[in-house]
Amino acid sequence: MTTQSTLKVSTSSSRPRGFKSLSSTQRRTITGYLFIMPFILGFLFWFLAPALVALYLTFQKYNLISPPQYVGLDNIQQLFKDPLLLLSLKATFLYTLLSVPLSLLLSFFLATLINRQFRGIAIFRTIYYLPSIVPAVANALLWAWMFNTEFGLINVFIRALGGTKVAWLQSTSWAIPAFVILSLWGTGSSMIIFLAGLQGIPDIYYEAAEIDGAGRWAKLRHITLPLMSPIIFFNLLLGFINTFQVFTIGYLVTNGGPENSTLFLVLYIYRTAFRSQNMGYAAALSWVLFFILMILSFITFKYLGNRVYYENPGD
Amino acid sequence: MATYDQLADDSAVIVDVDNKRASKPKDRVWNGVTIALLLIMAAVMLLPFVWLVTSSLKGQIEIFQYPPQWIPNPIHWDNYTNALTAKPFDVYLINTLKIVFLNVIAVVGSASLCAYGFARIKFWGRDFWFGIVLATLFLPYAILIVPQFIIFSKLPVPQINFPLLGITTESRNWVDTFLPLTIPYFFGGGAFNIFLLRQFFRTIPEELADAARIDGCTELGIYWRIMMPLAKPALITVAIFTFLNSWNDLLGPVIYLRSPNNFTVAVGLASFRSLQSSRWDLQLAAATALIIPVMILFFFAQRYFIKGVVMSGLKG
Repeated sequence: MTTQSTLKVSTSSSRPRGFKSLSSTQRRTITGYLFIMPFILGFLFWFLAPALVALYLTFQKYNLISPPQYVGLDNIQQLFKDPLLLLSLKATFLYTLLSVPLSLLLSFFLATLINRQFRGIAIFRTIYYLPSIVPAVANALLWAWMFNTEFGLINVFIRALGGTKVAWLQSTSWAIPAFVILSLWGTGSSMIIFLAGLQGIPDIYYEAAEIDGAGRWAKLRHITLPLMSPIIFFNLLLGFINTFQVFTIGYLVTNGGPENSTLFLVLYIYRTAFRSQNMGYAAALSWVLFFILMILSFITFKYLGNRVYYENPGD
Repeated sequence: MATYDQLADDSAVIVDVDNKRASKPKDRVWNGVTIALLLIMAAVMLLPFVWLVTSSLKGQIEIFQYPPQWIPNPIHWDNYTNALTAKPFDVYLINTLKIVFLNVIAVVGSASLCAYGFARIKFWGRDFWFGIVLATLFLPYAILIVPQFIIFSKLPVPQINFPLLGITTESRNWVDTFLPLTIPYFFGGGAFNIFLLRQFFRTIPEELADAARIDGCTELGIYWRIMMPLAKPALITVAIFTFLNSWNDLLGPVIYLRSPNNFTVAVGLASFRSLQSSRWDLQLAAATALIIPVMILFFFAQRYFIKGVVMSGLKG
């Protein structure tokens, strides 16, 4: 009788009987894992498994058609004598090391410009933000035209000011600077992040500093920058990671040229894998990307991380 | 920092005109300089847009004129119809919308489930798994394109016609279907979205959930009936950024989509450029057409854009 009645209760309840008999901690653990199960499975399928495949591929010669063939360290050795990899690293580093700091400076500058209060400031904020939502493909086409040697707007201005036209996208030394200028146009998101940070700084800090006789520069140096340092640090780190993976502009605007001067690392990986069908070497190149970004992040953390000022440590 | 959550909620940074500090007379010169700078920068930011639109309305001859005219004469509206019919952009648009639609559903559903688990249930190993979420946030996705492609090229598909997923009876594996561009999003929906929604769920008072629990509501019920309705602003933000990412993505579709029938708008535009590289008028018209939906979305949902950006940057 009693077993029957408990059975009845458990079937009417939405949970199975076994689940009810567990302690509340155990039940919470099962429920918790059920909720995050999509992430765990996704992590296993689309992160861990590919990482293992990449490790395996690094030691194989594989063109997708004939079965993979073990080649030992050939792909790794190839990395050290590959002139294209060298060019590709040069382009990627040059672009990243110019674009990220300049973008940060510009977006910080714009944020301080729009961090004031008068009617119509919303229009300026919108105008400065808009370029950052332009789809990458459209952006690439627009700037390919902007930098056109004969008819592009940039050279039109340079010539109007009496300069001589620059063959931006046909010159090995000007293509990367052109891309840096392109990236500066779309700096609106970090500007908004900085703006929100600036507005979060309590006025009393500035008022107290003014009473102590601090000028604009002193206030920027001793109040704004320390309080904004976590945001600056975070933007710098994500900026490095994102910019280092630049692909679309190199693919669409210059197609890696001229003379491979814009053959960004991801573009080179893409070509090696999907044009030359050299999956093993492409995997080895991917590890290069991985380790460089690890080292870059580590350096950023080590040298800048401890300069970051946290108002409420441990929060 | 304690102010982060509060800042994230102060979403309408752009539209707000707050009056924090009144300017003092001695600041007049400084204000003049600022306004001049504001105007100059606004011109710099707007000029490429103006240049894009005027160029897209010029004829084949006028576009190659020096010095250029700022107001096209005659105005070639037909550039838009010509550009959009030069390639089957209607097909590309439908494909893009299918992918976008699936991704938005996948991300909102999957990321919110995981975020609820991380935000509201205390369980053994939670911090470990959340650490992995944060680690994948900083992992460069580009390192996985090659091995992921190998995996997807080995995964079987059913031999049926299923246009929503880009599957035809000729599909042999996941390559050249929409599966690699959509299915992964059902598994967690991206570390960043989990993180963002978790932060939001944590701001919702625990008492609401406790009250529901006393009334016999299951965790799934609390998630669905209490958390999801309250999290609507954050969910809309996540949906918008998912839309933008899928709409803008080029690398993924370029790798996986092979037959023109399956192209997205972005891939279509890229292949259009490689075929008609001298037809700047048409390229720019097509580029403008690609921007317009994003702009419309922005003007209707400005506050959600800003909220998303602010929440993404202020986590420290």
